[in-house]
Parts: sequence; structure tokens; C-alpha cells
Amino acid sequence: MTDLTALKYTAEHEWVALDGDVATVGITSYAADKLGDVVFVELPAVGSSVTAATVVGEIESTKSVGELYAPLTGEVVAVNDAVVDDPSLVNADPFGAGWLVKITVDPASVADLLDRDAYISLTGGAE
Amino acid sequence: MTELRTTALHDRHEALGASFTDFGGWLMPVRYSSDLAEHHAVRTAAGLFDISHMAEFAVEGAEAAAFLDYALAGAVSPMRVGKAKYSLVLAESGGIVDDVIVYRIADHRFLVIANAGNRDAVASAFRERVGDFEVELEDHTDGMSLIAVQGPAARAVVEATAGIADVAPAFADLGYYAWSSGSFEGAPLFVARTGYTGEDGFELLVPNPVAPTLWDALLAAGEPLGLVPAGLAARDTLRLEAGMPLYGHELSLDIVPAQAGLGRVVAVDKDDFVGKAGLAAVVVPDAPVLVGLVCDGRRAGRAGYAVFDATEAETPVGEITSGALSPTLGHPIAMAFVSPAASAPGTELFIDVRGTRIPATVTDLPFYRRNK
Repeated sequence: MTDLTALKYTAEHEWVALDGDVATVGITSYAADKLGDVVFVELPAVGSSVTAATVVGEIESTKSVGELYAPLTGEVVAVNDAVVDDPSLVNADPFGAGWLVKITVDPASVADLLDRDAYISLTGGAE
Repeated sequence: MTELRTTALHDRHEALGASFTDFGGWLMPVRYSSDLAEHHAVRTAAGLFDISHMAEFAVEGAEAAAFLDYALAGAVSPMRVGKAKYSLVLAESGGIVDDVIVYRIADHRFLVIANAGNRDAVASAFRERVGDFEVELEDHTDGMSLIAVQGPAARAVVEATAGIADVAPAFADLGYYAWSSGSFEGAPLFVARTGYTGEDGFELLVPNPVAPTLWDALLAAGEPLGLVPAGLAARDTLRLEAGMPLYGHELSLDIVPAQAGLGRVVAVDKDDFVGKAGLAAVVVPDAPVLVGLVCDGRRAGRAGYAVFDATEAETPVGEITSGALSPTLGHPIAMAFVSPAASAPGTELFIDVRGTRIPATVTDLPFYRRNK
């Protein structure tokens, strides 16, 4: 179980868990609930460079299409193939098995993201 | 912003943990837990839907049948008491104001169920069309609740539900597109064997005060049979698989029935009906027509996406009106209006999915047909 209090968040409803210079990224439970059942996930290629606040992937539910934004600038070092094979992991465990990508980042850049309290006030109480 | 209306079952939906959405001015359950699980439950067992947002009009009087022959596209007067019929309210132009189901309650009494978002449009169309017809119109929407039980287990669910009594004809004897009357806890119950999912099913109309009790009784009886409450998200993917049009997507004032494959609904031989002259005058040889599209893979075309006849073509041949990854079939499906030249089943087309052209094949509707 991910310690939610240690996470950082974006206004695009992503969460970031930093371990050294590797940021693990997923979408929040709030975002997964809003999308409904996720049926297709497209993630960036391992080795590709991503820029903060740009679209790097897609998350489709039966009802709608959500865009995945890079929360930080860096290089993609891993993607979650399990979630590509079984997109329902995003709904079942958004903060755990439903993680999406790992990016090497400048650890200092994480300070620009929202903390948990700020994110929860953004969504009106959900996370 | 206008305050959204809620149905008599709103507290039931909240207690079941529903997420809500604005639909036709009503705050309606979009899903309870998983829209895919709800969809599959309807295909394999049964789902319970609150569709109380839909509008109910009573049409009564010595000339009720003649009035509806004039006000609707279909032939209403030949209908037998006890039967239901899908029909259209047309504008003078021949465009579609709404799609409705008409039930013949008695020789001189009908029930018309219309879409929530078109309640005012249908009410005013009917009022304008009354003229000298000897007929009374009454809008019963605010006092009535409509609950749908849909799926292969639907009949077993309604038969097992405590408090439902005196249903005649009995559920087992009720044909598709026919209705029965009965009672629930002493209140009048109207049951039609109709639906919007492509499965067998029933739609139960009761006065608001008994609706929560009926909802609870259906859930209790249905739970051992696999019944789950289901929201509008599942209802939309179910009706899409079944090739059923949704007003505002496949139907609009700018679409005439033949374009949407509904030419058979229009009784062109009737002496006169609103839209007859408009339809006769509309001869647009290249008017787009509604088709089904199927794709491989998992990326679905969505409403508004352009359809092309070649990967490099610059001018679209059509546009998607509804699309999703089909939960039952496992591949993307869509309904689209395309030019007649591109409409033959088997035609290879391309959907522009956010900049990527994905191959799609024109197919007959519906995408899914239940085994009867």
C-alpha cells in the first residue's frame, strides 16, 4: 500500500511518488472514478523524453478519453505493461498496481507539485 | 444554472454509492460501481435501471387515435389495445423532434413515453397539433416513476418480486412490445415488455410514493438471480451494441427518418401527418445515412470523430455519432452518418482517432443480437 501522505499531486489528477531521482506516476482514485472503467491505456515509450505538463499518453474508459500529462520533465525508464494488458488495474488499485510510468527527474522539481492537502482541497475532498 | 431534478429514487441511488451525471436536466446515476460489470450483468443476468427521468403523456378522448395518427409518424389507429409501438414525432420539415413509445391503453386512451430532454418539445408539439381533435393531453411525468428490469433473468426477477400482484396478462404470457396492468402494494402498476438494452426486459411504471419500495423489492428478489443496479453508462453501451439510436446523437431535427434507418417507422400512406409534406419535399440525393462501424484493437472512435475513405483523404465522408469499445464484443464499435457511396456493408473506411487514422469496416446494425 502506497503511503498517500508522501505523494505529490498535479491539477491534472496524477500522483507522483519520488524514490531517489525516479518518480513513479499514476492517476488518482478521484480521476479513475470520474473516468469510469478504464479499457485502454497508451503510455510513452521507455527511453523517451517527456516535458512537464505535456500530453504523453491516453487513458480511455467506456465513456470518455482522458489524457495523461507528464507531471515532471525527465526520461521514461519504465512503463507498467501489466496495466496495458489489464487496464482495469487503474480502477482497482490506482495508487498501487495501477501505476503508469516511472520517470527519472530532477528531485528538486517535485517541490513544484501539490501536496496531498492541496490536492484534496482541489477536488473538494476526494483523492 | 438550472437546478437539476432528482427522481423519487435518488436516496436509494445515494445509499448504493452511485456516481451521478446531468442527463436531460436530471441528476441520474451514471454508475454504481463498475459500468462494465453492470453492462455484463444485463447481458448475462439482469440490471435494474431508474429511468424516471423519461416523460409520460396521457392522450385521451374520442379522437385520441386520430390525433396521434396526425401528430406522430406511425400508424397508431390500427394498434390493438394492449400493444406498444415505437414511433417518431416529426417536425413540419420531416426532421425528428423525438422518438417515443406509444401504448394503447384503451380504445380512446394512449400513453406516450418520450425522452427526458425532449419533454418540453414533445409537449408543445402535441399542444400545437391538437387543433380541433377531441382529445385531452396530460403530462404525468412528475408524479410517476419508471423502473426498467433488463436481461435474460428479467422475467424471473419480476415474477419473484414481493408485492407485485394481479398482473394481467401474466409476465410469462406478455409479448414483446405489449403491456400488462397490475398492482404493487395497492398502487396501480403498468408493466411493458420493452427496453433499451437489446435484452428481454420489463419497464414498470408506478406512482412516485411506492417507487422506492418497488425498487427495494426488485433488488431483493433479483439479488439471488444476479440482478445489479445499473447506471446510464451501462445503458448507453448496451443500447449502442443493440444498434438503438439515442436522440441528440443519431436523431435530431436535422435528420429525417430514412437517414437513420427508420423509414419503416413512417406510415407514408396516412392521409396526413405532421412532417408528411416536408418528407415528400426533401430529396437530398447524397444525404448521409446511418451505418455501423467495427474496428480491430481497443481504441474507440467517439461522437464527433471524422470518418474518411482513405488514410490520406482530406475531406471526411462522415462523422461518428456514438462509439465505444464494446464490452460484449471486445472490439470498438460506432454508429456514424456517412455518404451513401461509403455506406455499403463491407466498405473499408478510416476513423480519425485524435490524429491517427484507424481502419474501420461498415457493418449492418445491430452489432449485438440476443439469442431468443
